[in-house]
Amino acid sequence: MVLVIVILCLVVLGIILVQIGKISELAGSIRGEEDVERQGNSTQSKLMLLFLPLFLIGCIASGLYYKNYMLGYGPHESASEHGLALDSIFHTTFVVTGVVFLLTQIALFYFAWKYKFDRKKRASFISHDNTLEIVWTAIPAITMAFLVINGLVAWNEVMADVDEGEEVMEIEAMGQQFAWLLRYPGADGKLGERDYRAISSTNPFGQVWEDRANLDDFHPSEIVLPVGKKVRVRITAKDVLHNFDIPHFRVKMDAVPGMPTYFVFTPTITTEEYRQRLKEYPEYHELEDPTDPAGPKMWEAFDYELACAELCGKGHYSMRRVVKIVEEEEYLAWLEKQNAHYTSQIKGKEGLDPYYSASIVKEETQALVTETENEKHSEDHSH
Amino acid sequence: MTELTSNATEEKLVQELGYDDHFHEHHDGDKFQSNFITTYVFSLDHKVIARQFLITGIFWAFIAGLMSLVFRLQLGFPEEDMAWLRPFLGKWVTLSEEGVGAISPEFYYAMVTMHGTILVFFVLTAGLSGTFSNLLIPLQLGARDMASPLLNMLSYWFFFLGGLIMFLSLFLSTGPFSGGWTAYPPLSILPQASSGSGAGMTMWSLSLVMFVVSVLLGGINYISTILNLRTKGMTLWRMPLTIWTFFITAIVGLLSFPVLASAVFLVFFDRSLGTSFFLNEINIGGEALAQSGGSPILFQHLFWFLGHPEVYIIILPAMGMVSEVLSVNSRKPIFGYKAMVFSVVAIAFLSFIVWAHHMFMSGVNPFISNFFVVFTLIIAVPSAVKVFNWIATLYKGNVRLNAASMFSIGFVSMFISGGLTGIFLGNSAIDIQMHDTYFVVAHFHIVMGVAAFFGMFAGIYHWYPKMFGRHMNKLLGNIHFWGTMISAYAVFWPMHYLGIAGVPRRYYSFDVFQTFDHFDDMNKFITIAAFAVFLFQLVFVLNFFYSIWFGKKQTKKNPYGATTLEWTTPIEAIHGNWPGKIPTVQRWAYDYSKDGTDYLPQHLPKQDFESDEVH
Repeated sequence: MVLVIVILCLVVLGIILVQIGKISELAGSIRGEEDVERQGNSTQSKLMLLFLPLFLIGCIASGLYYKNYMLGYGPHESASEHGLALDSIFHTTFVVTGVVFLLTQIALFYFAWKYKFDRKKRASFISHDNTLEIVWTAIPAITMAFLVINGLVAWNEVMADVDEGEEVMEIEAMGQQFAWLLRYPGADGKLGERDYRAISSTNPFGQVWEDRANLDDFHPSEIVLPVGKKVRVRITAKDVLHNFDIPHFRVKMDAVPGMPTYFVFTPTITTEEYRQRLKEYPEYHELEDPTDPAGPKMWEAFDYELACAELCGKGHYSMRRVVKIVEEEEYLAWLEKQNAHYTSQIKGKEGLDPYYSASIVKEETQALVTETENEKHSEDHSH
Repeated sequence: MTELTSNATEEKLVQELGYDDHFHEHHDGDKFQSNFITTYVFSLDHKVIARQFLITGIFWAFIAGLMSLVFRLQLGFPEEDMAWLRPFLGKWVTLSEEGVGAISPEFYYAMVTMHGTILVFFVLTAGLSGTFSNLLIPLQLGARDMASPLLNMLSYWFFFLGGLIMFLSLFLSTGPFSGGWTAYPPLSILPQASSGSGAGMTMWSLSLVMFVVSVLLGGINYISTILNLRTKGMTLWRMPLTIWTFFITAIVGLLSFPVLASAVFLVFFDRSLGTSFFLNEINIGGEALAQSGGSPILFQHLFWFLGHPEVYIIILPAMGMVSEVLSVNSRKPIFGYKAMVFSVVAIAFLSFIVWAHHMFMSGVNPFISNFFVVFTLIIAVPSAVKVFNWIATLYKGNVRLNAASMFSIGFVSMFISGGLTGIFLGNSAIDIQMHDTYFVVAHFHIVMGVAAFFGMFAGIYHWYPKMFGRHMNKLLGNIHFWGTMISAYAVFWPMHYLGIAGVPRRYYSFDVFQTFDHFDDMNKFITIAAFAVFLFQLVFVLNFFYSIWFGKKQTKKNPYGATTLEWTTPIEAIHGNWPGKIPTVQRWAYDYSKDGTDYLPQHLPKQDFESDEVH
């Protein structure tokens, strides 16, 4: 019923519009073409002049209003080392394009008003001006060169893989429909081998248990990283394309089935520090859940988040994982609590554990697990 | 001086200096337009085919616009009850136990995908370039028709067939294709991954192959017509910029669209014949696929080898029309004619070597991106030159502000706004943050969506008399312009902020993430603005169809005082365009306000009082 009314309203509105249009034409033919043309041009040119400031003020005011939500502004200084360089290129580009935007939009709408039609006037016959054209070709060319050089220097640094022998923590994130699965290397610091054919409900990564580097790998439900330590994320996909996206770190990379990609970054601000930064801004003093007045405020509830940024199907929007950046001690305490997937899910299960039937190998595994645990302890002590 | 441009003199010029090709000396009568079917349905006349393209384009724009409203409803009002949509969308609106309706994610993604595919291909390629290339190439060049009217007709009917297949796919029980207009595999190959990748994708592929055929048939025709059928005196450097852009567009289309077809064929092989061009080490639905060893990234290369030139296929004709409309209505020559031509050529050339800037974050070797960044940002230079030239065309002009010229000015404004954000995205370092966010959505919608539409509207308002012998209503045109200008900016401008805040595109809902969930008000605002845009387009549609039958009749052959040849044809369009001889061309297309005259038409020989001018 409501729908019928809406449609009827639209039809009536249409008829009214047509009538108004017709009347304006009739009135025009009475007043004479020249008069109509003059008045039409004058009205439209005034609108052009009016639109210009409203448009520009609207752009600037809305930008300022949302400033503190935007990454690179207000509290959202990059939480990773490389992100600062990227933000600075963004700011430079913003200033350059902002100036061009203002000048060209002002010239465009101002000229549209200033040179409005007048039957008594003639336009100037200006077909070209070589000097002017060379100048306004050269200026963008030089500006672009400047931006390109800045950008590429940063790009090649950010995207560089870790050097051979460099001490870096490597973790793995595997995208699947519709979740990120996470894998840490365990005490040996090595991610074990995988085979996509071995993936099953008990072995979500398809880890090859014959590779002993796998035995201490664990699968946490959130990413926890120590602040100030370089980390290399190995990004993989199980089924379709995904994209490993942590906006606050300026980290983004596609996950491609069969072709591991990577992103290397160093988190520089702990989750707690970021919350404190947000606290400075009134925008983040609102309730996280407006329906729950007793709940936390936005700054208190803040967490870094891992998202998917490549369309991967109907659940694309829901692949959330929390990322926690903590101090070193807290990280070690957390590590302590993690159980290797092998030990908790596979070990000693017939049909799953390749070391199950052969008792000799079983003992060997036992020894191996103890060994790695010892290693872990000794490593802890060394810290 | 006025006697130079009176109707009678112009007519006399055509008769005296015109070229007689004996076109009308059929002794058996005109067999091509003898009945309704050959006149209006399977017509060989380029002017009829142009109108077919246009009206089909308007139909598709309406459908794709409605789709955007559906997904904007979801984004702006995710909590509202959508049960009222059930009569239209059926099972795609799911009901909760309390009877609260919600648009299902599958349908949301299908709408997003169809919206993109339809607008990019059916509206802004076929509807824009198909319409105006067909209408203007023969008319402005002084040709009787296209080089091959038959291929021209087939071009439209292949487009129609492609459209029909796409339209039918909307009614599949598994839904239309829903993997994004870019159709990246493996998602687009595996029905296990998405229900739309079943029959929906099959029909999507088929439809696009038909479409590619249509573009190629059209493109070959435009190129051969421009190269071979120019009237006497119409050298390349005397062609209006419209023709230059249609020419370059057709070449770009001819070189790039076959690559899309090849990519679609390879997808088809992977889907149906068990090959693995794009599949590698996939485990889905608890099963490891036997197909392995291909590369999903290869598809992206093939797709964007078309996909990037495609955005220029969309925008170049709009640029040409805007140049023409601005020049006519400023009563001034287009500023820097040759620079305009060279920048179009430069843009077209560069468009072929920048495709991987869509793929900085896709896992290609980061080293490769260096080249693509450089070439991409070089495109900013010819683009900037064009903008400066348009603005300089207005400078010291005598600017008539009608719907056509205001849409042209709006085009320039949009092109500036959207073009500048391209400088952010083309720089791979910034793209790390911006890739696949709303910043990208804002960028391309403004620069090649809204801007191309504005160019199209400028063309429609300007050449409407040439299509239907009547004028569109001025007042409704003005309302349409201002409404669209303001509400289109209101839709897309705020999306920049979403993007800078990191909000990814193609999200069904923002509730899951704290980071993306701060913008409920903004999303509501955008949705309301989107509805406003749609309503203002209804004003246009109303004006368009009303004026076909009831608009103000065209009384003057050359209502705008334009120099180009299409205004020497009779008001009542005829087969073969000119009743007698074809006019010959004596000068370039932009002699406005020269030496104290208002304009000097292209078929007017050089006068004694004229100064020598090097363009």
